[in-house]
Amino acid sequence: MSTTHPRRRASAVVGALAAATLVLGACTNSSSDDDTSAAVGKSNTDNDKSGDKVVIGFSAPAADHGWMGAITKAAVAQAGQYDDVELKVAEGTNDVNLQISQVETFINDKVDAIVLLPFDGAAMTSVARKAMDAGIVVVNVDREFDSPFAARTTVLGDNYGMGVSAGTFVCEDAAGATDKIVTEIAGIDSLPLTQDRSQGFEDALKACGLDVDNRVAAEFTVESGEKAAANLLQAAPKIDYLWNHDDDQGVGVLAAINNANRDEFTMIGGAGSADVMEAIKAGDSVLKATVVYPSTQAADGVKLARLLVQDKALSDLAEIEVPRQLKLAAPVVTADNVDTYLPSAFRS
Amino acid sequence: MSASLQDPSLTVPTPPKGERRGSVGLARNLGLVIALVVLCIVGVVTAGERFASTDNVVTILRLATVTGVVAIGMTFVITGGGIDLSVGAIVALASVWATTTGTQAMAEDVHWIVIVLSAILVGTACGVINGLLVAYGRVVPFVATLAMLASARGLAELIADRKTQILRNQGFTDFFGAEPLGIPVIVIIFALVTVGGWFLLNRTTFGRRTFAVGGNPEAARLAGIKVQRHTVYLYALLGMTCGIAAVIVMSRTTTGSSTHGTLLELDVIAAVVIGGTLLSGGRGTVVGTLFGVLIFTTLTNVFTLNNLSTSTQNVAKGVIIVIAVLLQQRIAERKK
Repeated sequence: MSTTHPRRRASAVVGALAAATLVLGACTNSSSDDDTSAAVGKSNTDNDKSGDKVVIGFSAPAADHGWMGAITKAAVAQAGQYDDVELKVAEGTNDVNLQISQVETFINDKVDAIVLLPFDGAAMTSVARKAMDAGIVVVNVDREFDSPFAARTTVLGDNYGMGVSAGTFVCEDAAGATDKIVTEIAGIDSLPLTQDRSQGFEDALKACGLDVDNRVAAEFTVESGEKAAANLLQAAPKIDYLWNHDDDQGVGVLAAINNANRDEFTMIGGAGSADVMEAIKAGDSVLKATVVYPSTQAADGVKLARLLVQDKALSDLAEIEVPRQLKLAAPVVTADNVDTYLPSAFRS
Repeated sequence: MSASLQDPSLTVPTPPKGERRGSVGLARNLGLVIALVVLCIVGVVTAGERFASTDNVVTILRLATVTGVVAIGMTFVITGGGIDLSVGAIVALASVWATTTGTQAMAEDVHWIVIVLSAILVGTACGVINGLLVAYGRVVPFVATLAMLASARGLAELIADRKTQILRNQGFTDFFGAEPLGIPVIVIIFALVTVGGWFLLNRTTFGRRTFAVGGNPEAARLAGIKVQRHTVYLYALLGMTCGIAAVIVMSRTTTGSSTHGTLLELDVIAAVVIGGTLLSGGRGTVVGTLFGVLIFTTLTNVFTLNNLSTSTQNVAKGVIIVIAVLLQQRIAERKK
């Protein structure tokens, strides 16, 4: 059984799969409350049939913004779909010390698997390693540990890909014009994820001869988004495109845009909140697109943990082991395809 | 119900006669013991063997170490009539300073003790600055330490570039991660700090002066105590415990980060206050503080075991603080 020798199994798989980063379409593979039956229908195997009882411990940071809140909700909803899964939810904390103690409690409880979205990936590495050593399957979500031995499988969003998606959308919309004014409102500037997003955006723009004319950074909160946007709008009297990294801070960005009575540009969001998607669908604001950073990552973590413990394969792959890493795609949502993504979007 | 369940409450001695100005000490600590026992009973009823297992008791104690070590230091500052809001930021700064590539390189060359010493030194230095501002700069403690809160965390962010610094020293990790006789080293450190703190407060001149300075600084000055210098010592002592806490955090997480210890000050002050130390100064108890810390960590553990949300937990924490303080007042009045 996979539960008895996860490390041996893991090390065997490391060699085979370390180089292969598997990119799966995020939303087509994930399930929200109401589309699971459809997902089951698409699958042609019996993976979703009830199997051995699996106890999964789940821990994530505090739900202090919409995306993070949606992470836990989606994981709980996913677990609820299975009658063979018992999900123990240790509720959100931004205190590393407390999160470590939650994982220690899971180890004491001898759970079969732990799905962990760390507040700080590096800081949770040693306790995750301890869990792996105790024979527990650890699935790492979103913020990576700094040791390959600390998790059996990692589910990640694609931050660089978000930038590329947003930049590519701008390039296509600009249709070859190289004199467009492009602006960017980033999240917390010193986080690696923000740097990746900006790098992807810059690289994609470069491909069509555009660059970022004005760039400011906010802090993922509504208030900081409003401040940063107000300054940016002052600095750039005429804008063609505005990419805002995060839809939670985007609530503030939109408020600043409305206060300044500006509507001459196209705004692209980030992360993919339901509110932003509804605005895209309505088509009566500057918002024309957003790029998805799936809030269903932890739900996928729960699904994978269940498969790993029950010793099942990811059925649509030829490979008989669950992959070491899943990097979810960052698709662009526009008025044309918004209905596909709206059901799995989160509320700010 | 196993014996291990009762250990935390039974192994702690009831306060001896030496508890200064603590004529109501016994009654007060009795209330805390009852609170802890009630919590343990709730834990056993709702989570059974999962709560009462040795593993779980060790988990509770490990969780208690960071808050606990700082709370012992805070007991001195509050007893001495002060307050320190900067403890969480100091823990962050010390953890970052001790894990810079420079410090780690030096630790590789010399010994991992370099990491420990630099954390404690940084913590103590911050404490000394707080103390100097309060004692000689005549800045209100609330304001002086609020300033330290902002600047220490800011400095930590600058040094770490807001990245998480990974501690790669194997000697350090092995030493602090060890569990001789099943007791984690960090829990032993917490125990040593607690015993040392109790001795210092209740059995030495330093302790007597602390009560005097907190109770009536003017009288203390007339009695020949160098009040200002003693105040600096108190904040330096708290800074040192922050450094020790940073070492514990580093060993638990194998990282130094500017986000460590966020809002630690609230947990610490709450634990000290429900322990029975007066916020106005002049009365303090290390044993009470220990109970305060254990009550909060046990509460967190019981909630975690029962899958209850941290929001509910925070409400419960608030209620416990209010009940504890109200009880304390009643008991104090009855004694009069």
